[in-house]
Amino acid sequence: MTAFSRAAAKVVRHAARFAIASALPALALLFVVSVSHPAAAMNIQKVKSPGGIEAWLVEEHSVPLLSLRYAFDGGNSQDPRGKEGLANFITAMMDEGAGDIKSEDYQERMENIAMRMSYDDSKDSLYGSFETLTKNRDKAVELLKLSVQKPRFDTDAVERIKQQLLANLAYADKDPDKVAMREWYAQAFPNQPYGRSANGTQETVAKITRDDLVEFHKRNFARDNLKVVAVGDITAAELGNILDDVFGGLPAKADLIPVSKTSPVEGGSQKIVEMGVPQSVAVFGLGAMPRKDPDFMTAFVVNHILGGGGFSAKLMEEVREKRGLAYSVYTYLQPYQHATILVGSVATKNASMAESLSIIRGEMKKMAENGPTADDLQAAKDYLTGSYALRFDTNSKIASQLLGLMQEGFGPDYVENRNKMIEAVTLEDAKRVAARLLKPENLVVTVVGKPTGMNAAATPPVLQPAVAVPGRG
Amino acid sequence: MRLATCSRISLLTLLATLMLAVNPQAHASDSATRASEFKLSNGMDVVVIPDHRSPVVTHMVWYKVGAADEVLGKSGIAHFLEHLMFKSTDKIPVGEFSKIVNRLGGQDNAFTGNDATAYFQRVAKDRLGKMMEMEADRMVNLRLDEKEVLTERDVILEERRSRIDNNPSALLDEQMNAALYLNHPYHKPVIGWYREMAKLSRQDALDFYKHYYAPNNAILVVSGDVTDDEVRKLAEATYGKIPANPDVPSVRHRPGEPPARVARRLVLKDPRAGNYLMQRYYQAPSYVTAKPGEAEALDLLMKIAGSGSTSRIYKKLVVEQKLASSAGGDYSGYGLDGGTISLYGISADGVPLEKVEASIDAVMADIVKNGVTEQELARAKNSYLADYIYDSDNQATLARRYGWNLAVGRTVAEVEAWPTNISKVTTDDVKKAAAKYLDIKDSVTGYLIPDQSGVAQADDLPPPSSSGVLR
Repeated sequence: MTAFSRAAAKVVRHAARFAIASALPALALLFVVSVSHPAAAMNIQKVKSPGGIEAWLVEEHSVPLLSLRYAFDGGNSQDPRGKEGLANFITAMMDEGAGDIKSEDYQERMENIAMRMSYDDSKDSLYGSFETLTKNRDKAVELLKLSVQKPRFDTDAVERIKQQLLANLAYADKDPDKVAMREWYAQAFPNQPYGRSANGTQETVAKITRDDLVEFHKRNFARDNLKVVAVGDITAAELGNILDDVFGGLPAKADLIPVSKTSPVEGGSQKIVEMGVPQSVAVFGLGAMPRKDPDFMTAFVVNHILGGGGFSAKLMEEVREKRGLAYSVYTYLQPYQHATILVGSVATKNASMAESLSIIRGEMKKMAENGPTADDLQAAKDYLTGSYALRFDTNSKIASQLLGLMQEGFGPDYVENRNKMIEAVTLEDAKRVAARLLKPENLVVTVVGKPTGMNAAATPPVLQPAVAVPGRG
Repeated sequence: MRLATCSRISLLTLLATLMLAVNPQAHASDSATRASEFKLSNGMDVVVIPDHRSPVVTHMVWYKVGAADEVLGKSGIAHFLEHLMFKSTDKIPVGEFSKIVNRLGGQDNAFTGNDATAYFQRVAKDRLGKMMEMEADRMVNLRLDEKEVLTERDVILEERRSRIDNNPSALLDEQMNAALYLNHPYHKPVIGWYREMAKLSRQDALDFYKHYYAPNNAILVVSGDVTDDEVRKLAEATYGKIPANPDVPSVRHRPGEPPARVARRLVLKDPRAGNYLMQRYYQAPSYVTAKPGEAEALDLLMKIAGSGSTSRIYKKLVVEQKLASSAGGDYSGYGLDGGTISLYGISADGVPLEKVEASIDAVMADIVKNGVTEQELARAKNSYLADYIYDSDNQATLARRYGWNLAVGRTVAEVEAWPTNISKVTTDDVKKAAAKYLDIKDSVTGYLIPDQSGVAQADDLPPPSSSGVLR
C-alpha cells in the first residue's frame, strides 16, 4: 500500500572538499571547540587519535547508539576510462566479506549484532555510514575495520554483484528521470570525468574485474583523504581508539588521478532523448560560483527564491500553482570539488514541456534582470535561518551535516556563523548575484520523452510568463 | 538489493516500517522517548512523544480516512483533497499555507494512504502553537475556489504520470492490486484511476471534507522538545475549540472480501521495462485484523525468507542457483482491513520467469514444511529489536509510527508492546503462519516482460485530442 506525498522530496548533497590543515600537536587527543547549536547547545569536539587521525565528535549519550559518517575524497571521477561504474561497484562490495570472513558469514555477523554499514559514491567522494548499538560496539567496530582495510572481493561475490548492477542499469536505462540526469551531465561536461555516467554502462560494468576493485581500494582508501565524524554514545577517548583501530592500518597517502577544474559548457544547448513515455522529464542547468566564492551564500539564497524553496519558490508558483503543469519542479545549487552547478528538473506531459521550459527560462531571466523583491529575500532568510536547526535533530543528520562541512574545509564554528552569513545578504547583493548567476542563454537542457513542439538543436526564445493560465492547453 | 521502484519520496520507506514500534525494553527506563496519550473534550486523540535533544518539534494531524473510504467512481478524492487543503481558509489567503510555515522556519507536507491521511510540519518548538492554530483552522474552515481546484487537478494528473504511468513496474503493481482484491477498495490505486481523477470536482472534495474532517476523527501527534502539559495547553486552545461533528462515521464500513476461489495471474508486456520481473502478492491479515501474535510471526517469517542478502530467497536464487539478479520478499501489516505478503525475483540473464517463480515457491514450501531454524529466528528478532532502538533517533519516524497505528485503531500500549510480542514468537508460530497464509488461491502473480511489440498502457492516458500521448 502506497502513500502519496504532496511534494517530491529532493536530496542535495554538498560535496565540495577542501584540505584541512592539521594544527594539532600529535599527542593531543582532543580539544573542544564548543560551538553552540543554532538554537541549543551542541558541542562539536575536534578529536585527534593517538595515531594522528582527526575527527569531529558530538557526544550524545541519551540514545544508546553510535553513528559514524566518513568520506574518502576521490569518488567516481576516479573511475578509469572504460571502467565507469567502478566506484559504484565498490560501494556494493564492502559488505561482501572481509579478512577471513566470507560474504555470507560476514553479513550474518552484521545482522546478528544489528550493525548497519553502507557506502555511497558521489563525483568527488566515497561515503561510508556506520551505526551500532552501544552494547555491540566492539564487535561492530571489528567488522568495520576488516571491511575498511581488508575487503575480500571474492570472484563469486564480484560476479553476483555485477549481475545486480547490470540489472539496475537495465532498469535505469528505461527510467526517464535517471536517463535525463545522466544525459544532462554528459551534455554539460563532454569528455570530462564529471560528464561520464556515475554508475557506468552495461559495457563498462561488464568489464570490471576483481583486480580493478583491489586497485581502486588501494588507491582510494587512505588516511590523507579521509574525513570522519562521530555522533552518539561515545567519549572522545573511546573514539580515538576506534579511529586508530578502523583506519590506522590504511596507507598514509591516497593515489588519486588528478581532476581539473571545469564548468558546464556555455552558450546554451538543448537535447531531446526520445522515449515512449506519457510524461517528459527535463533537466536543466548551468555553471555557478564555487563554494568558497564570496557570492556563494548569496547564490544559495537566490536559488532558494527561484527554485529551491519548495512551495515558496518562483518556479513552483509559476509552473505548478498557477498553471498545474507539473507535480515537481525545482532547482538546487550543487558545489562539486571541481565545478559548481545550478541544476533543476521538471516533469510534465509531453504536450506541456515546451511551455514549461519557456516559463522556467522566463523566470530565470526575470530574476537575473530584476533580482528578488525585498519581501522575497526576507522570506527566504526567515526560512533558511529558522529551519537550520531542522538539519540537526537526529544523530545521523548531525553526522551527515558535519561531514559535509568538514569536506568543504570549514571549521565547526561554521554551524554558529551560518545564519549570520544568510542574514548578511543584502538586496543589492542578491540582485548582483542573480545577474551573475542566472544566464538563461547558457542553459544546458536535456529532455527525455516525446515532447511536442520542441526542436533539439535550437535554443527556444524566452517567453515572458503569462498571467495564470489554468487548465491544460 | 530491492527492486528500484521506489519513487523520490522517502516517506514510502518510512511507512513500510510503521509497524515497528518504539521503545525497546532495554531503553524503557529512559522515559524521554515514551509516548503518552490523552483526549480532548471534543474527542480528538493526542499523542506526545518527548525527545529533548534538539529544540525542534514534529507536529502531525492524522485523519482516520483514506483512499479506501472513497465512494465508487471517485477514486483519488482522498488524495486530491489532501492537496486542496493547502489552498485557503478565511484567515489564510490562497496558496499561503506553506509559505507561512516556511517563513516561520518550518517545513510542511502531507500524505495519503488507503487508511489514513496526515498533515505535518517540522518546526522550532516555539512555533508549535502557531502550527496548531493553522492546522485547526483548516480542519473546518477550508475554502475552495473553482479555478484553483481545476489547476490542482492537473497537478495530481501530472503526479500520476510521474509515479505510475511513466513506470511499468508501478503499472504492474497497480494491476496486481486490482486483481488481488476482488471486492475490497484496496484494489484501487491511492492516487486514483486517471479517468476518474480527471472528473473530480470541487464539490466532490468538499463533500469528502465535510464528511470526514473533524476533531473526533483526528489524531494529534507531537514529537520532539515538548512536554504533555505544553501540548495539552496549546491543543485545548486551538483544536479544543472546534466542536465535535456527530455525523462523522464512528465505524469504518468497507466492503469485505469474498473467499477467493482461484489464483490470479497476469503478464504485462511493456517496451519500457528494463528487466524480467516476477512478483507475487498474497492477502494476509494485518496487525489490526490478525489473531494475537500472527502479524508478528508474519513479520519474522518474511524477514527470514526475504529480507536482504542473508534471507533464504536471496541465498537460494541469487547466490546458489544464480537464477535471479535479485530476489526477496516482504510483509506489510499496517492496513486497517488486511495486509499483504509479497515476493519478487528479477531474472538473471536469460532465465525464464517460470523458473524464478518455481524456485521462490520451493523456498517458501520448504518453510511451510520444515519451518525456520532457531538461529534464523533469533537473528531476525535481534534485527527488529535493534531497528526499534535505531528508530528512536528520529522524532519524525516516531511521530509517523504512532500516528499511523492510532489512525487504524490501535493503541499506544499496543505499539509499545511490539518488542515484547516479537520476542515471544516461536519457530512453530512462524511455520504455522506460513502454512496458513501462503495460500495460492489468495494470491496474484504478475510478470513484467520487456517487449518491443507490447503496447504501453494507453488506457489511462488523456484522450488523443490533448496530444503528446504515448504510443
